[in-house]
Amino acid sequence: MKPAASPGSATPPIRATRNYGLTYAGPTALWFSFFFVAPLLIIVLYSFLKKGLYGGVEPIFSLDAYRALINPTFAAVAFKTLVSSIIATIITILIALPCGYFMAKSRHQTTLLLLVIIPFWTNFLIRVYAWIAILGNNGFLNNFLHRVGLTHEYIQFLYNQEAVILVLVYMYLPYAILPLFSTIDKFDFSLLEAARDLGATKTQSMTKILLPNIRAGVFTAVLFTFIPIFGAYAVPLLVGGKDSYMLGNVIADQLTKTRNWPLASAISMVITAVTTAGIMVMMAMNKREATRVMEERRAFADSMADSVVDPASHPTGGQA
Amino acid sequence: MKGSDVTIERVSKAFGDFKALKDVSLEIRKGEFFSLLGPSGCGKTTLLRIIAGFETPDDGAIALDGTEVLSLPPNMRHVNTVFQNYALFPHLSVFENVAFPLRIKKLPNAAIKEKVRDYLKLVELQDHASKKPSQLSGGQKQRVAIARALINEPNVLLLDEPLSALDAKLRQHMLIELDRIHDKIGITFIYVTHDQQEALSVSDRIAVMCQGDVLQVGTPHEIYESPATDFVARFIGETNLFEGTVTGVEKMANPPRTVGATVTTSQTVYMAELDIEELGRIKVTTVDNVQVGQKVTFTVRPEKIAISCDKPATKRGDINLFEGIVDEPIYSGFQTKFYVRISDRIVFKVIKQHANYSDEGPDIVWKDSVYLSWSADDGYIVEARDA
Repeated sequence: MKPAASPGSATPPIRATRNYGLTYAGPTALWFSFFFVAPLLIIVLYSFLKKGLYGGVEPIFSLDAYRALINPTFAAVAFKTLVSSIIATIITILIALPCGYFMAKSRHQTTLLLLVIIPFWTNFLIRVYAWIAILGNNGFLNNFLHRVGLTHEYIQFLYNQEAVILVLVYMYLPYAILPLFSTIDKFDFSLLEAARDLGATKTQSMTKILLPNIRAGVFTAVLFTFIPIFGAYAVPLLVGGKDSYMLGNVIADQLTKTRNWPLASAISMVITAVTTAGIMVMMAMNKREATRVMEERRAFADSMADSVVDPASHPTGGQA
Repeated sequence: MKGSDVTIERVSKAFGDFKALKDVSLEIRKGEFFSLLGPSGCGKTTLLRIIAGFETPDDGAIALDGTEVLSLPPNMRHVNTVFQNYALFPHLSVFENVAFPLRIKKLPNAAIKEKVRDYLKLVELQDHASKKPSQLSGGQKQRVAIARALINEPNVLLLDEPLSALDAKLRQHMLIELDRIHDKIGITFIYVTHDQQEALSVSDRIAVMCQGDVLQVGTPHEIYESPATDFVARFIGETNLFEGTVTGVEKMANPPRTVGATVTTSQTVYMAELDIEELGRIKVTTVDNVQVGQKVTFTVRPEKIAISCDKPATKRGDINLFEGIVDEPIYSGFQTKFYVRISDRIVFKVIKQHANYSDEGPDIVWKDSVYLSWSADDGYIVEARDA
């Protein structure tokens, strides 16, 4: 308690003695400027320049790259990439939800978490090649089916759209499972019992009680899977066919084969724009929810404050 | 009377090596306020969860009005639960929380609105309908949970330590509220608690449980006055418990009206004399036909013992009188609790009510030498073991 608080005197505003924020944020800020913002700016710049004759760019302003985007072939690839990414993301989330749920309920959480994380210890490309070894014409799966006598000819599993989606789902599943697990782990499971007690079936208790309460985790999982899948390059290249080309592959072709760097940069800008727009829509949806909660809290705090007597304004001057 | 009677027949449940319920049987009557009372780990919550349908017993049967319910999932039983942590849905408003069971039933909006308003009125929360659970106080959350559990018009309401998260004053208030709601709705309440005071004050009957067993079933009065085991005597209220040996038994010609909670009109009452080590001989009335030489557990409640500085001027033969030193007086306004030492091992708890202060004479203080006295029919023989 303040020793000489006179009645009605206002508390002095709390002031930070010194602002260390910039000191702490400095190194990270520099790191990001050099290795993230700068390359991004270079891409933006390149996309507005004229294509060099043997690759590279000429320092002349040009909208050629963006003009080249307005063509049906490119639109088809862009649309296909979007559709495959959405399908792969939906499948990933649908698998990750029950996984996260059972991990959160399991008594062997640490073991299960380890099992989800262990694949990360192996190189990304090696894991893609592992799938080729499994799905190839002379791979494990075909050999197995043949030996069991289910098939007499080899089935073409690889080099099509389905293979790309399958491997993409496999690659990004952990990125969906982890945020969903951590959200569901904090969920109060007695709410499901309450829902069942009040007449809900098992499915109703999941859709009406569990899902609305783990929305934040679902958002994170969607972002963590959709963004990398939308920019995928290696997976469609290695297990996809000509029909499963995605935007990432078009960029690579423009960089290495056609040597049209401005066009490659312009396509990158499209990917960045689409993902940024997606994130912003989701953030807006989350923020609207957050603002609503904040406003409710504030209204509640105000109604509470009215009923609490401020000791400083009390006649005894807070000495009671 | 509305509600259902609940028959619990030889129910057993083990979690690994831990036996949560051992062959428990209970008959709970229609419209009764029935409490399951016991320390944590005694199996009371497990039994409640079995009735609700969240746990399946290893063995035994449960019936509502004679109809077996164990085969039904929780959502098909006419039983609703008030959870210990309230289990309100955080993403729904108070109104939608209470409306949840009706929305599941797909009732028309107008009917839902009317019914939810009625039940919010019942728990006096009609002004908080649009708030989220996080904006409510503990007591208000509790009321929402009660309204939500009642709106389906269950035959039995299960309450799992509903007041344990509230502070003492609010708990008292909510207890009265619960009793009022029980009177108004009239259905069967099964109330789980570890707080003997709560159970004594609202229950029609209580089952005292310990380590998966039901030790005694009875009215609060019976449980307090005629405890069946020394555990029950110790767990319900405060008491003085002693082990002793029967040294004499005789039939009483003029028996007292009650022994413990038993009315003695058609009972033979015995006057027994016990020998208690380091204390001496005491007299106690009993309806049990105890034998000389038997070991017994004897109890006398602290408020039944009179304490005075002067020797009580009584010549009655059934008065037990001892001398001791006040070890510790604990004053709490309306009463004082004394720890009175008779010998090295024997310390009595005695409670003196300050009903008429001016008539009390001098204050009894620390180190005073005092007289303790109680009549034979204020003591009680809890258990008699074979000699």
